[in-house]
Amino acid sequence: MATLSVCQQPIGGFSFEYCKRNAVLEFECNKLGHSIPAARKTGTTICGVVFKDGIVLGADTRATEGMIVADKNCSKIHYISPNIYCCGAGTAADTEMTTQIISSNLELHSLSTGRLPRVATANRMLKQMLFRYQGHIGAALVLGGVDCNGPHLYSIYPHGSTDKLPYVTMGSGSLAAMAVFEDRYEQNMEEEDAKRLVRDAIAAGIFNDLGSGSNIDLCVITKGKVDYLRPHDMANKKGVRTGDYKYKRGTTGVLAKAVTKLDLEVVEETVQTMDTS
Amino acid sequence: MAAATATRFCQQLSSVSDMSPDWTTKEVSTGTTIMAVEYEGGVVIGADSRTTTGAYIANRVTDKLTPIHDRIFCCRSGSAADTQAIADIVTYQLGFHSIELDEAPLVQTAANLFKASCYRYREELMAGIIVAGWDKRRGGQVYTVPVGGMLVRQPVSVGGSGSTYIYGFMDSNYKPNMTKEQCLHLVSGALSLAMERDGSSGGVIRLAAISESGVERQVILGNQLPKWSTA
Repeated sequence: MATLSVCQQPIGGFSFEYCKRNAVLEFECNKLGHSIPAARKTGTTICGVVFKDGIVLGADTRATEGMIVADKNCSKIHYISPNIYCCGAGTAADTEMTTQIISSNLELHSLSTGRLPRVATANRMLKQMLFRYQGHIGAALVLGGVDCNGPHLYSIYPHGSTDKLPYVTMGSGSLAAMAVFEDRYEQNMEEEDAKRLVRDAIAAGIFNDLGSGSNIDLCVITKGKVDYLRPHDMANKKGVRTGDYKYKRGTTGVLAKAVTKLDLEVVEETVQTMDTS
Repeated sequence: MAAATATRFCQQLSSVSDMSPDWTTKEVSTGTTIMAVEYEGGVVIGADSRTTTGAYIANRVTDKLTPIHDRIFCCRSGSAADTQAIADIVTYQLGFHSIELDEAPLVQTAANLFKASCYRYREELMAGIIVAGWDKRRGGQVYTVPVGGMLVRQPVSVGGSGSTYIYGFMDSNYKPNMTKEQCLHLVSGALSLAMERDGSSGGVIRLAAISESGVERQVILGNQLPKWSTA
């Protein structure tokens, strides 16, 4: 009970605070002839795998706003605690804020218990929050980490259901990534094999799903060490143009040159120092 | 089944032209076939292992037999989020009650806790649960708490979308006072028949036998399922 007060748990139920304000804003905006900005979704392929010594999490880096790529290199692997990271698919703002809230609460919890946080704790906190909002928070997460009980991997759905599995994929590209996993996953893989498998699974999502693209980020979590590889693989590097529309200096011949000096005098000079302490 | 089609219809009405296929936005449901049988000295419970989001199988090795206490389990069907949340709440409530009592809790108590949550929030929830276990007072018991929040004790109970296909099999093959092995055979046979016919059920069969001495769990893999003549 003491930890609840430390973590500042909100009172139960869905908070409808901003719904009325959003409705008013939308009406005002439409009256002026504009439409409100659409929520940015991370189209996404995210996945995770348990290997011999820990967890490998992978994600693509494309964030979409409808049919347009809003961010070509966004970071979808979020920090939860030193030993736990979380990939997020769905509404970008929801995954970002949800993981930040749980990360903050988990740090307070960890200070209260005096122990390294467990993945099951993060899972409980996330699923209870998402269930409370009955699926209105569009966050589909892949949570992975290594704690005192070994490596753990969970998939968490927007409505608040979770699955504990050795390999999981989420997002619009999850079918492509799952196909790679179902073909090549083995128990107790070595780290390099696991990294290659996750890289290939994300690549399958990037090249076969329109909602996923750009680079592949990886996060390898083992006992006492985290390798945040961003980017691990620049699968879609921007090419170099073979031709150029610029003309070289000297292409146009100079016929005559005339120089006119402008008489400018300094009228007023002021220096304003900024207090940066 | 009806609930699944209803949600599909709603999804089409409110769908946004999106790059994401519909299974990324559908709620996760344990399509399911679950079953529990009482025998002399305990209960045998069984479930399939498929969880679906629309037409995609989100988890093909789900464990739908959730321990609520040392000798009390529940079989979950319906919305995965709802049943997981209810099971967590009841586990906490029953554990607290058991510590207060300083005694192992009764299966009827667990069943009533499920009924209380399922009935109070019946409009918001989609959960069909079978509570089964062993206690000192009444031995092996099976209680069913279907959608809506009814509570009734039955010697045999089936649930989930696949249950409709095996009511006839159950009615004709169940006899009172069977042994544990006969019950395991009956449950695995019934589940494999349902999994064969119901699209939302499949994967492996998870079984558990609960008695005074403890819980014995087993898994029957896909290639070891009981076979029937129209294979």
